[in-house]
Amino acid sequence: MPADIAGTAAAVPVSTRAGAERAMRSSSGIGFDDVSVAYNGVVVLDSLTLAVNPGEIVALIGPSGSGKTTALRAVAGFVRPSRGRITIGTRDVTNVAPHARNIGMVVQNYALFPHMRAEENVAFGLRARGAGADVIRERVPECLRLVGMANYAKRYPRELSGGQQQRVAIARALAIRPQVLLLDEPLSALDAQIRRSMLDELAKLHRELPSLTVLYVTHDQTEALTLADHIGIMRDGKLVAFGDAQSLYRYPPNRFSAEFLGRANLLPVQALAGAGAGMARVRFGDGALLARNHHGLPDGGHCLLCVRPHDVSLGAPGEGANALSATVRSVQWQGDMQNVELDVAGHVLRLSCPPMHEPPPPGAALTVHFSATQATLVPETMTRG
Amino acid sequence: MAELALGAPYAAQPRTGSFWIAPPLLILAALFFFPLWLILRQALAGDGDVLSLAKFAGVMASGEFRHALVNTLVIALSATAGCLVLGFVLSVLIAFTPFPGSEVLARMIDTFIALPTFLVALAFTFIYGSAGMLNESLMAILHVDLPPVDFLYSQWGVILSEMTVYTPFVMRPLLAAFSLIEPAQIEVASSLGARPLRIVQRIILPAALPALVAGGSLCLLLTVNEFGIVLFIGAKDVITLPLLIYDKAIQQFDYTTACVIAVVNVALSIALYSLYRFVVAYFGGRRAGLV
Repeated sequence: MPADIAGTAAAVPVSTRAGAERAMRSSSGIGFDDVSVAYNGVVVLDSLTLAVNPGEIVALIGPSGSGKTTALRAVAGFVRPSRGRITIGTRDVTNVAPHARNIGMVVQNYALFPHMRAEENVAFGLRARGAGADVIRERVPECLRLVGMANYAKRYPRELSGGQQQRVAIARALAIRPQVLLLDEPLSALDAQIRRSMLDELAKLHRELPSLTVLYVTHDQTEALTLADHIGIMRDGKLVAFGDAQSLYRYPPNRFSAEFLGRANLLPVQALAGAGAGMARVRFGDGALLARNHHGLPDGGHCLLCVRPHDVSLGAPGEGANALSATVRSVQWQGDMQNVELDVAGHVLRLSCPPMHEPPPPGAALTVHFSATQATLVPETMTRG
Repeated sequence: MAELALGAPYAAQPRTGSFWIAPPLLILAALFFFPLWLILRQALAGDGDVLSLAKFAGVMASGEFRHALVNTLVIALSATAGCLVLGFVLSVLIAFTPFPGSEVLARMIDTFIALPTFLVALAFTFIYGSAGMLNESLMAILHVDLPPVDFLYSQWGVILSEMTVYTPFVMRPLLAAFSLIEPAQIEVASSLGARPLRIVQRIILPAALPALVAGGSLCLLLTVNEFGIVLFIGAKDVITLPLLIYDKAIQQFDYTTACVIAVVNVALSIALYSLYRFVVAYFGGRRAGLV
């Protein structure tokens, strides 16, 4: 663990955790009710309806321009919806000024006030709300301790590393005891190693503050899968999938979700008939395969069979597994993983596995298999999950 | 061999450098230092050959000089203070409350800087002068014979004109400094519960302070030396140092007194310019968007 992020939530004294937790008891959920946002007539957020339950982390992910940041900014009050309603708890905040919404916000580039020390940054929101000196004296060290920055209270932002600055930004957001915490790509500006550590720290922080409601915007699927209770996938201003992280990953409701959340093999198949227990038999090329039909796709329809690369294995299948004849196109070694690209009946199938002692050479003919329960059918047309 | 090969270019470099420094130094000496020396010599020796501070003492003891010095400082300080307040407010409005045409307005500031200073004085004469639009309208409405608004031909007229001319000199560095403030800082401050006025006080003003101080120093430097506006308005009893120099040299042909006052004026300008450079260096001109 890098020195600058060593010892954070795990080292938080019980009294601090209890104090902070008390602070968050008033947490509320967030509601988007048919919210649209348009800039100069161009719709950037299109009829978003979504509920973030109190104490939950919901991650909005999607490519650039998908509308995820706009959704977060609408909650913060920095963009005004052209239609719809936004609620925090039971309060309609659609037309409430940002300073009156009681939200904490952490942004990608930290946005610490450069002329203020870390402790002054954390105290800023409290002073803005007219908190007394005794409250500030108590809460600023408490929040800095919560993020492991108690020893850096007197430092200016320029004297802190990226990870440390981000922690001060989190402490600043928590100090006002917000109803909800908005995180806008908070780890994007950090290098890979610090990002991984900060991700763990955020997960720990939420364990310390389980009733804190968090809306987390990111383009990084790993962050979303690690932290979020529920994930919303956005594309072109629309929410194209929403569900708990496991379900979305296992049973993506559409092609875009399957490809955006993790790597996916998508093979064009035709559903033949139900096979009981939520399974379906499908035709792929000249053969038949078995897959989960989680979305209840009708018999005879064309759809996609989704199987994750790490669920595909080399060699002869065991009982009940799907088997395919394949030709090796290329093999890539990536340290702790080996990626094999295969040709299966003219379609690309990717396989990832621990490094092999003797990987198959390009052009080699072999058999691959995957469990029927690890394969799921995905509709070809876009449907909201 | 390697040392010799590396050493050769270094040996040749200073000779070339010295040669190319000479022409600009000569031009500078001819156009600036020599005339300055002539003024200083005239101030110290008058029409004779003996250098003495007697003339300086005489001029500085005169009420006329002291009156002009006080006028110069009062007008310069007042106009600078006005420029700072007006420039800050206008810059905040342009930078942080975008309205249709705000970008065009920001660009126009540069154009404003390029205009001659007397133009504003001329425009003010048309608007606020005794026979200007404002007074004519008021006289017609109020049925009075004398112009009710009579500030233009006073110190206030000069200060207002200088504020109008020099406010863009404050706004330009301020807008540059404002462009360096992360919008996210403003948004986060707002989300933390800060109202607009607090954001201006606690976030924007500290960030803009270097630009504000540097712009103010420049303004002070320029207003101390302002001549065109004061002359054009022709305010009664408003005699500043530059105007006094003009009066002594051109109207009274008293070149020695004019040179003494000019030396004082130059010293004042150099002191203010040093202050400006110090402020820019102290706050870091690059961070303040000044260089």
